[in-house]
Amino acid sequence: MRFYEYESKALFARHGLPLGQSGVADSAVHAREIAHRIGRPVVLKSQVLSGGRMKAGAVKFADTPDEAAQIYDEIFPIIVGGQKARSILVEEKSPIAQEYYAGVTWDGRRKLPVLIFSDMGGIDIEEVAEQHPDHVSKTHFSTILPVTPRIAKEAIAATGVTGGALNKLTPIVSKLIDIFLEYDLTLAEINPLVRLEDGRFVVLDGHVDMEAEARDQHAKLLKELGIGPEETRQARPPTDFEIRGAEVDASDHRGVAGNVVEFDGNLGLIIGAGGGSLTLFDAVRSQGGHPANYCEIGGNPSVNKTCELTKLVLSKPGVEKIAVMMNVVSNTRVDIVARGVIKGCIEAGKDPSETIAIFRIPGAWEEEGFKILAKHKVDYCDRSVSMYDAAGRAVAKMKSA
Amino acid sequence: MSILINSETTFIVQGITGREAVNLTRENLDYGAKIVGGVTPGRAGRDVYGVQVYDCVRDITAKTRVDGSVVCVPPRFTRDAVFEALENGIKLIVVVTERIPRKEVAQMIELASLRGARIIGPNCLGIISPGEAKMGGVGGPAANTKTAYSKGSIGVMSRSGGMTTEIASTLTAAGMGQSTAVSIGGDAIIGTSYAELMPLFEADPQTKAIAIYSEPGGRMEAELAEWIQQHNSRLPIVAFMAGRFMDEMPGMRFGHAGTIVEGKADTTAEKIKRMKEAGIAVAERISDIPKMLQERLGEVK
Repeated sequence: MRFYEYESKALFARHGLPLGQSGVADSAVHAREIAHRIGRPVVLKSQVLSGGRMKAGAVKFADTPDEAAQIYDEIFPIIVGGQKARSILVEEKSPIAQEYYAGVTWDGRRKLPVLIFSDMGGIDIEEVAEQHPDHVSKTHFSTILPVTPRIAKEAIAATGVTGGALNKLTPIVSKLIDIFLEYDLTLAEINPLVRLEDGRFVVLDGHVDMEAEARDQHAKLLKELGIGPEETRQARPPTDFEIRGAEVDASDHRGVAGNVVEFDGNLGLIIGAGGGSLTLFDAVRSQGGHPANYCEIGGNPSVNKTCELTKLVLSKPGVEKIAVMMNVVSNTRVDIVARGVIKGCIEAGKDPSETIAIFRIPGAWEEEGFKILAKHKVDYCDRSVSMYDAAGRAVAKMKSA
Repeated sequence: MSILINSETTFIVQGITGREAVNLTRENLDYGAKIVGGVTPGRAGRDVYGVQVYDCVRDITAKTRVDGSVVCVPPRFTRDAVFEALENGIKLIVVVTERIPRKEVAQMIELASLRGARIIGPNCLGIISPGEAKMGGVGGPAANTKTAYSKGSIGVMSRSGGMTTEIASTLTAAGMGQSTAVSIGGDAIIGTSYAELMPLFEADPQTKAIAIYSEPGGRMEAELAEWIQQHNSRLPIVAFMAGRFMDEMPGMRFGHAGTIVEGKADTTAEKIKRMKEAGIAVAERISDIPKMLQERLGEVK
């Protein structure tokens, strides 16, 4: 879950990282006020959950408060990476002597956190790593031992930084590690971390990602930062359809019937589980089908939960048929899913035998499930029909319909 | 033989009185597992399908040999439960629990490594050596497990618990049994990756070939490809890659916690390329796996 720059900086400020004077503006008048208060040239930065702000022209400088107000109006409407600006950060602009990069993330292969440091900050760190590998250090560290400053020191010194700069950078970077671990972040990044011409070290831009799994543990922080539980912070904002999908899933703690993602096709999908959904979505597409949605069911959801998910999918304009498919199930019961989708069709005012293009869920309680499906004349198959072929049968029905 | 577990493996279930753990205990016992105790703090003296419940892991390890533990406790208690198992000398830990923050997973794995122990998972369904034993929820009730899994020579590794069974069921229908199937877990950081299981399969005379289920996200497939290239493996491998549509949707999370395309190396296209370069055959459909394995096994002979 990505934080806006101003939220990342608010988190950094709590831990005493050095930041320039700034304010978050939500109007041109407000931007002028902040620039006036700062009393020197400022930079205005669009607050979006996307990189590429500079290239999009959504970061600009202003020498006076009036100019700041004018630039606010100029950059606020700019869409960056498909995202609208939430607000504009107005921050003091200072002459820079040197830029550094510091980032902490997880290395899934080593199964450890890694501190990445470079004395060539300000640009894409992956580019620096490719072109100037001796200017980038990667330092893995333990999650069991206490974090002490030697980790940061070693990382910084490995890029050739020494003298006063080494000793001033070390506590800043060490605090970044503390923040990364304390808040269950998947990324804590300062780029650039700068030495100003007057000798001060300042965090100029920062980026923080929190693990979705840890949101509950950090509810207090999120509340204080103004991040509501409804903010998913995915790569794009959720659609109404997706929000309703999340509501269906939250309505009952038993099993999963959610993780809905909207697509623009016409074949509704009730699919599962985690890996099965990925496999089946690919299968529908490679057979020439056009999914109306992605979703996941699993962990034996109740009849009602499956019913509500079915109704949601069928409520999408243009969706006349659904394909109900899973991998061989062991925990989820076939009969319960069968009852749920049939009930959903009926409650949506549709005939299950017409609406369910295919039901392919083999496994636990399948005899009972198949009996129910047969009674409602729903086209179903067992494990002798592959996931791929089942998807093909559904797509073929869409084409002949 | 098999890898990780066989009919002699003894294990405990931590969190045994929870709803999911009770089912899992019954299913494992029905399949022939030797469960030598269960742990739920404050519930000592009860039993779950004849398995004695204790307050502490040491109450069991003091009395009997314990090879492994299935940890099936809520996310906020999981790290503590795994640490307890590790500090009492248990060497194989299957973590079923999902939604554990990465930091805690990393801590468990780091301690396991210090103690010379292995973690499978988290967010997995465990291990099955068909005809011998299973450890975890893989395959579900014993009757369902016996329909899907059969004893044989194919090793299975999968980032999805459900797809472990789908692949086994497909292999069984084609007359190809399995040596051991491991649901390795769907998280971004897991205890044991494909590459880390390869030496075990390599050393197992029963295993003649490997089937893999894979997803977008992470570097585990690249790690496997490197391992294959460095070790001149005797085992033909057929991998299936799900989630190909996700390449067009960077930054969106689908399915498991570890499944997100964050960079080029996470895409299915890149993973397929690397695996093919290492000689791993990549199946377009699950149903193609048996035939592709047979072709490769034929070549080996």
